[in-house]
Amino acid sequence: MTEFFQQLINGLSVGSMYALIALGYTLVYGVLRFINFAHSDVFMVGAFAGMYLGRGLGQASVGGGLLVMLGAMALCAVLGMLIERFAYRPLRNRSKLSVLITAIGMSLFLENAGQLVFGPNPQPFPATFPSRNFDLGQVVISSKDLVVFGVAVVLLAGLQLLVLKTRIGTAMRATAFNPQAASLMGININTVISFTFGLGSALAAAGGILWAYKFPKIDPLMGIAPGLTAFVAAVLGGIGNIPGAALGGLLIGIIETFVKGSPWSTWSEAIAFVLLIIILMFRPAGLLGETQPEKV
Amino acid sequence: MGPAGFDGHELMSAPLLQLDRVTIRFGGLTALSALDFGIGADELVGLIGPNGAGKTTVFNLITGVYQPTEGNIRFDGKSIAGLKPHRLAALGLTRTFQNIRLFPSMSVFDNVRAAVQLHRPHGIRNALWRGRGFHDGENAVSALVMEMLDMFRLTRFRDEPSKSLPYGDQRRLEIVRALATRPRLLLLDEPAAGMNSTEKVELMKLIQFVKDKYKIAVLLVEHDMQVVMGICRRIVVLDYGVKIAEATPAEVRKDPKVIEAYLGEEPTIQK
Amino acid sequence: MLLARPRTLLGAALAVSVALGLCQQRLDPYYVDVLTRIGINITLAVSLNLINGHTGQFSLGHAGFMAVGGYTAATVSMFAAPHFLPANAPAAFTLAWFLAALVAGGLVAGAAGLLVGAPSLRLKGDYLAIVTLGFGQIIAVIFRNIEPLGGALGLSGIPAYTNLFWVLATAALTVYVVTTMVNSTYGRGFLATHDDEVAAAAIGINTTRCKIVAFVIGAFFAGVAGGLYGHFSMTINPKGFDFNRSIEIVVMVIVGGMGNTAGVILAAALLTLLPEGLRTLAGYSIPVPWSAQPWSLNWIGESRPLLYSMLLIGLMLLRPQGLFNWGRRGSTATS
Repeated sequence: MTEFFQQLINGLSVGSMYALIALGYTLVYGVLRFINFAHSDVFMVGAFAGMYLGRGLGQASVGGGLLVMLGAMALCAVLGMLIERFAYRPLRNRSKLSVLITAIGMSLFLENAGQLVFGPNPQPFPATFPSRNFDLGQVVISSKDLVVFGVAVVLLAGLQLLVLKTRIGTAMRATAFNPQAASLMGININTVISFTFGLGSALAAAGGILWAYKFPKIDPLMGIAPGLTAFVAAVLGGIGNIPGAALGGLLIGIIETFVKGSPWSTWSEAIAFVLLIIILMFRPAGLLGETQPEKV
Repeated sequence: MGPAGFDGHELMSAPLLQLDRVTIRFGGLTALSALDFGIGADELVGLIGPNGAGKTTVFNLITGVYQPTEGNIRFDGKSIAGLKPHRLAALGLTRTFQNIRLFPSMSVFDNVRAAVQLHRPHGIRNALWRGRGFHDGENAVSALVMEMLDMFRLTRFRDEPSKSLPYGDQRRLEIVRALATRPRLLLLDEPAAGMNSTEKVELMKLIQFVKDKYKIAVLLVEHDMQVVMGICRRIVVLDYGVKIAEATPAEVRKDPKVIEAYLGEEPTIQK
Repeated sequence: MLLARPRTLLGAALAVSVALGLCQQRLDPYYVDVLTRIGINITLAVSLNLINGHTGQFSLGHAGFMAVGGYTAATVSMFAAPHFLPANAPAAFTLAWFLAALVAGGLVAGAAGLLVGAPSLRLKGDYLAIVTLGFGQIIAVIFRNIEPLGGALGLSGIPAYTNLFWVLATAALTVYVVTTMVNSTYGRGFLATHDDEVAAAAIGINTTRCKIVAFVIGAFFAGVAGGLYGHFSMTINPKGFDFNRSIEIVVMVIVGGMGNTAGVILAAALLTLLPEGLRTLAGYSIPVPWSAQPWSLNWIGESRPLLYSMLLIGLMLLRPQGLFNWGRRGSTATS
């Protein structure tokens, strides 16, 4: 029983990070109908940015941890916007395939550049937020899990507020619904898209910092597996759907943690893909999405 | 009204296509409601109605893109429920598209050639072996395609990429491509869209020619009254998914329900 | 076009491959090595081009089919053949068994193509790409978990049956099959499916069947290539058939121009030679005005994947039709 709770807590904390990354995928897909392959590598850059920033901290503190995270988020927001501006925007009117290939190329570029610049070996992530353990009977809750979950919840709530209550959020929703109509209403599509990329990248960076905080060894290829899993989470929840991405992330985090703890653990890498294929076969709109019939 | 005919006039043959109380709902919206009509094997029927009346939905139902929620559609007496578009084409039911969907990477010749494939059984084995059978088959295909291009005065474009043709010629090519599948019923989806008066007159002549030469039935969905009234023998009028009239052009023009449905609508702007 | 007499050309190509195979011993082993890898890559790229280029289905898991073929062929050679081959069997027996291994590899890979294709092909664009990527990864994970096939370490000690004859003959055959298939009235179905599935269906083309046929044939040849690869490098493991391998093949198709067989052949050759060229280049140093010491280019050796990714991005931004796509597509010749 305690094992179960331990795994559940683990699953929720990993799942919250998947949710943050999944949000980036879903935001961009909602606005551009495009899967940003390079998103998982922005996550990685966020972690490394955090590493360099974190080295400047004397000791672990809540304030210090937040500063590191916000710094990384800002850096990655800029990175995301630059990528969109120079690699994706020129191709906006070309075939879907061209942009997809460019995104793949960008992902490989970031991974390989990361290996050259940061070195391919795993590096330790400095202490940012303080960490201690809380004993609840036989279950041990690490402050890491609490921080991860807590920060994720705050960011998610903030995102919902932004999307539902602010002007830019409404602009994003309008653009996702119908870009032509939105631009006719005076919305600057380019600004909205840039903003969306920036926002998604910032969330990925947050995910990266939290990941590095929980698993303090980072390397340039660290984004690949979580990125793919988070993408599946976004599809599971219904790609383009924000609460769906959060739900999908948590679900997959929990499922994956339990599988890793079971005798089937060597198959855990395939789990995400198997899930993806099942979803796309049987319910492509995901759990919370809506089906779109093709107009002829 | 009779099951497929209309007041007083008998169809010359049993209906080739018959819609029986066809209803389709999308979520909460009923796009078509208990629609009944039929088309005989040599008729030229027009389908008109204000925007949003459901004309394209009818098309998509007949061509297998959508399935009816209630009612059924019969082609040549047999239900076509659940048949995919390519199967319908094999049965003799072909369509063109409102936004002209030619194959952009292929030449004019190849666009038609792709359609000839339907009734030419030689397939992969022949292509790989490249024997006598293959060459004879390809020559026959070539001859057929050229014959059709010649007949419709598209020969000079044969090697051009299809998207480089003038608009009216693209429309003609799309119709020729549909004809290459040897249809028994040809569905034309707003073929006059984007045309000027001269082009429309050409189009009317083309449709009449096609119908007479190939002895096929034609269902024409169109906004342009000049075209519809000019060539259709019978017109079905839809409004909000319901059939409000079915008569000859002269009668439809005077029908008060039809006039009311169109009241407030701008006449289609003549170029 | 060149297709005026495809069977004659195939015959000539086969004759050349026999000749090269026979005099392989007399050639510099380095060149034999490079030529072998070029041949394998041509087979992979042309078979992928059938799926991605001609039929327009974006498959990112081609290396998975290569893995299936490679493991199957290795299994036949290492575990089945020894039962039937006496110790000093004549060469013909060994050759026959190798052929059987390769064909088995292709067939099983083709079956995998059917398994992957049938459910996936109703998905469009991005989703199809992700699903094929997923299948490629799943295949790798499966092989990593099968202990009798070596698990993560893979199989080694595969007999070195591959020689220039097999490689070039396979490449020639692949090119022949793909080109003759596509350049025919039958082949217009694939191109139509690529251009506009809705319109293609409206004129009677069974687009699902076209897509599946393309997938299966593409997978078959990828499987044979995998078998050739296994009997060339003498060891295979799941890591050699990963996403990066799939991407390498995709790059060849894009550089060559999707749907442009001749361009893809050229691209496959060039991109196989590229690492060699880069390796040579990395050994040099250029004299520079700002330093007494010449500037070493050895960083190039480390950066090949980086350069690849930049190539990919650059191509998409500047020349998406590929480097070798000069003519228009749309042949009106009757073959």
